[in-house]
Amino acid sequence: MIALLACFLFSVQVSIREDGFLHLNRGTFFVLAAFFLTGMAKASGMGDPALGAAVFKKCQSCHQVGDQAKNRVGPQLNDILGRTAGGLEGAKYSKSMIQAGQDGLVWSEDTLDSFLESPKSLVAKTRMSFRGLKDPEDRANLIAYLRSFSKGPIGASNMQETGQGIDIKLDPSVLAMVGDAEYGEYLSSECLTCHQSSGSNDGIPGITAWPTEDFVIAMHAYKQKIRSHPVMQMMAGRLSDEEIAALAAYFSDLE
Amino acid sequence: MKLNRRVFMGSGAAAATALAAPMAFAGGHGKPRVVVVGGGAGGATAARYIAKDSKGAVDVTLIEPSRMYYTCFFSNLYLGGIKTIDDLGHSYGTMAAGGVNVVHDWAVGVDRDAKTVTLAGGASVPYDKLILSPGIDFVDGAVAGWDLSSQNAMPHAYKGGSQTELLKAQIAAMPQGGTFAMVAPPNPYRCPPGPYERVSMVAHYLKANNPTAKIIVADPKPKFSKQGLFQEGWGKHYSGMIDWIGDDFGGGNVSVDPGAMTVTIDGEVTKVDVCNVIPAMKAGRIAELAGVTDGKFAPVNAIDMSTKADADVYVLGDASQQGDMPKSGFSANSQAKVCANAVRGALTGSRVFPAKFSNTCWSLIDTNDGVKVGATYEATDEKIAKVDGFISATGETADVRKATYEESEGWYAGITADMFG
Repeated sequence: MIALLACFLFSVQVSIREDGFLHLNRGTFFVLAAFFLTGMAKASGMGDPALGAAVFKKCQSCHQVGDQAKNRVGPQLNDILGRTAGGLEGAKYSKSMIQAGQDGLVWSEDTLDSFLESPKSLVAKTRMSFRGLKDPEDRANLIAYLRSFSKGPIGASNMQETGQGIDIKLDPSVLAMVGDAEYGEYLSSECLTCHQSSGSNDGIPGITAWPTEDFVIAMHAYKQKIRSHPVMQMMAGRLSDEEIAALAAYFSDLE
Repeated sequence: MKLNRRVFMGSGAAAATALAAPMAFAGGHGKPRVVVVGGGAGGATAARYIAKDSKGAVDVTLIEPSRMYYTCFFSNLYLGGIKTIDDLGHSYGTMAAGGVNVVHDWAVGVDRDAKTVTLAGGASVPYDKLILSPGIDFVDGAVAGWDLSSQNAMPHAYKGGSQTELLKAQIAAMPQGGTFAMVAPPNPYRCPPGPYERVSMVAHYLKANNPTAKIIVADPKPKFSKQGLFQEGWGKHYSGMIDWIGDDFGGGNVSVDPGAMTVTIDGEVTKVDVCNVIPAMKAGRIAELAGVTDGKFAPVNAIDMSTKADADVYVLGDASQQGDMPKSGFSANSQAKVCANAVRGALTGSRVFPAKFSNTCWSLIDTNDGVKVGATYEATDEKIAKVDGFISATGETADVRKATYEESEGWYAGITADMFG
């Protein structure tokens, strides 16, 4: 952070003193900063947790972290650093993630960095349906943010507000609905043209074994066009609250 | 008819009561029997779902002549060199293990009074409910100079398998700078974007292997599915290679000479090296033999895909005339699930849920340049009616197009698992 500040001050000074000769604009500064920070992230693991909090928004439709974080579609991420891959009790994992843990994969800054860059390159059949963070700075910042929720020399017990969920307006009664699983099974047949009942996750995400509430929230987020996939917006768009509850009830039981 | 949940619950209860009676007729000859003719996206799905969901309470027989099914969808990617022929082939072994009686034979007749299907091998198979999903056949005389006897010289390649392999071999054997011609079909036909994805994939192959070759398309239509997206892609990836001649420019006035390998478009004769003739289509012949067609296709009731001609005979997919859905593998698969739910309900008294249909068609223009169009549908008294839809936009980023292509690969794995188990 100090380095970043210094860099900023430096760039401002340069632009004032030598304006028109060596002009460093904001964009140039960020390129320089990114270069600098990336080097640091690789060398000593310094990212900016505050910037990482913004990056985490991409994760939080499936993952929670912080005080009272629970396992959702994906495992909660407190103490992720040092955790064996696929090793958190009560969380749902692909077989290949569990296997990776048994083969010795432990989440460190380096392994998380590789995983976040391209999840399927590290664990081919992971349930995590995320294309990856291509920007090394984003990854460094995200890891710094996650580190602040992990035990260890830096950021221990620094519990902040819980990162959770998609920002969506949903009546509590909709979330509380008990779905008709038999109707859900019929409705699910429409999903299975693309989403495989095996939970396979290539090109099209697996949707089996999701917590009911997360399934309902995700479908309503498509319906309200907060989540941004045209096919899913269309499919969810015509499902009633009861039908979404029915689907959630069916899929949550499907292993 | 628009069904909300309240109406649906009511009608479900009514149906369950009414269905106490059909249970009795099944008692006359053991388990109720469903015969499915055609093991593609419609028939395989219907057979598998009825067998799976009835848990043995219904006898399901699937009649399909081919031992390996080669999907027509994704066959253009094989022509482009992106998929292999083995990627497209699927066997019926898993379905048989799942309780479907798979019979590899041709259905050659239907006696709707006796409720039997006659097979080419001579057997007669009785049914309580008959589901026909025979796909398409070609209209005789649709393209002047072409008939089925010329399909080796000028392949249609519009049914997956040997025809697709033949066309691929012919494209590979084209001389440098040669000409590939396509005679595109009139509406309605299987897979509306299919001919244009094929043009894209042939161009993709030629660009790498025969870059001075030309492609001519004679089209009886003034416009076509995803036209803006395809033409944008053709300009971007295959500039100058493709000449599309729509109906406004005489593309509908076409004849071919398979012996001389010439195509005549609006009076102008062109010598070509490969000619892909995709004639006008009609329902697979068994639908006509069963007497459930009216004109080229079989009119059906949107609520359950039963034919207007016979409540115990259902027609799925390309052979049906249902309303707004395009003829596609996705549509057939979607219709099959509605039909399977209704047929099982009628035979066993299981709950019947409201019909919901959907379709998405992905097309590949060049490596990692995928586009899609899709819609949802509902059953009305008149037809399957469109509810909502979307289409890819021109000018999308490479990342979006790549994600769309990867999604189509996921869909292929999904639908084939859904069809064959």
